[in-house]
Amino acid sequence: MIEIRGLEKYFGALQVLKGIDLDVRKGEVLSVIGASGSGKSTLLYCINGLEPIQKGSVFVDGTDVHAKGTDINKLRQKLGMVFQQWNSFPHMTALENVALAPRIVRGKSSGEAREIAVRQLKHVGLEDKLNVYPSALSGGQQQRLAIARALAMEPAYMLFDEATSALDPELVGEVLDTMRLLADEGMTMICVTHEMGFARDVSDRVAYFHRGVMEEIGPPSQIFCDPQSEHTRKFLANVR
Amino acid sequence: MFDYNFHWRPVMKNLPDLLEAGLLTLQVAVLSMVIGIGIGLCLALIRMNRNGVLYWLATAWVELARNTPALFQLFFFGFGIGAFGVHLTPFAIVLAALSFNCAGYLAENFRGGFQAVPETQMRAARSLGMTQWQTYTRIIIPQVFRIVYHPITNQMVWAVLMSSLGMLVGFRELSGETQFFASRTFRIFEYFAVTAVIYYVIVKCILAASRLLAMRLFRY
Repeated sequence: MIEIRGLEKYFGALQVLKGIDLDVRKGEVLSVIGASGSGKSTLLYCINGLEPIQKGSVFVDGTDVHAKGTDINKLRQKLGMVFQQWNSFPHMTALENVALAPRIVRGKSSGEAREIAVRQLKHVGLEDKLNVYPSALSGGQQQRLAIARALAMEPAYMLFDEATSALDPELVGEVLDTMRLLADEGMTMICVTHEMGFARDVSDRVAYFHRGVMEEIGPPSQIFCDPQSEHTRKFLANVR
Repeated sequence: MFDYNFHWRPVMKNLPDLLEAGLLTLQVAVLSMVIGIGIGLCLALIRMNRNGVLYWLATAWVELARNTPALFQLFFFGFGIGAFGVHLTPFAIVLAALSFNCAGYLAENFRGGFQAVPETQMRAARSLGMTQWQTYTRIIIPQVFRIVYHPITNQMVWAVLMSSLGMLVGFRELSGETQFFASRTFRIFEYFAVTAVIYYVIVKCILAASRLLAMRLFRY
């Protein structure tokens, strides 16, 4: 379970998160929607400790992410992350991209790591690209590679930071399908997304962020059909 | 007006000596590059961290290496530190000066290389649970090396050519050896012409080797 309490985050003098309280249960799929600059992506970075926070706390399975004594590298193994700019490692083949972290972070033998990598690449439909370098992959394929790389750590949670925003429109589908597959398998997911269709169909709950505040959270039926907040209503009217 | 008669025989007789001296040139250049790459990488990392005494030391190193004549740097290691009772062999003097110079230039190349690797690569690696050390050694630095590969090759060529200054501190590398024979036979033009060809061939070999190595290393 991920528990966020009174989370405040500043970039210099600019406050980007203004006291967020949020629980994400095991097995839940939460979509986070909102305009650019509303703090959605920053929220993800605060959950896995890539950004320090100024106030409040984030607990992952009872461990305080931002506490001094926390082994953050160990904790991050529970939190797979997929980025907007897929960030595949360009100097490694698809297989090496996926096998590296299991080997050097989880201490698997190269044989085991290879097995894990092959399994995860198959999982995302890249079994025929094992020895291909990322430069020879399409954006959609690179994003699926990034998903496989995160899954290879066997995380308990997956954080998606606008995983489809940088993709050509015709490549969005294959990545969303992969994310749907994970949701069906019961993965706990927080998806920052601009894909309203995905948010509506796949999520258990949808949260709407507005200028660093979580304006509204609820089941997709409520957010999309009966939004309680004026801001949510305006936002959804504009994206449709 | 032009009554100089070329005599190539003495040069040809000494060709094996010159080639052997060429090997010494190559040796000191390669060694200084290995040391220079190691130190240059450290200097770049220290300067990116921007903290304290180390930052100023590294910056002073880079500034001095890049903005003073290489010859002065050589004389510093040859005669300058002699004032403090430290006396190095000619080989050590040239090695120290070349390493000092290469490290300074390479540090700036590396700095540019680090800046060219997207910051998101660091985030991606850290999000997988890699430590900062693992991220640098496995993800960042390998990419930096590709970016600075050609500047490193240039620096290697420069190191070979710059090592010729060694003759001024009594180092019998290719130029020193040539000077030695030329002044004994007064066949100055002939000796230096042949030596120029040897330098040229060494540099061309380095460039060819570099290209082959790049094909092996960078398949992506």
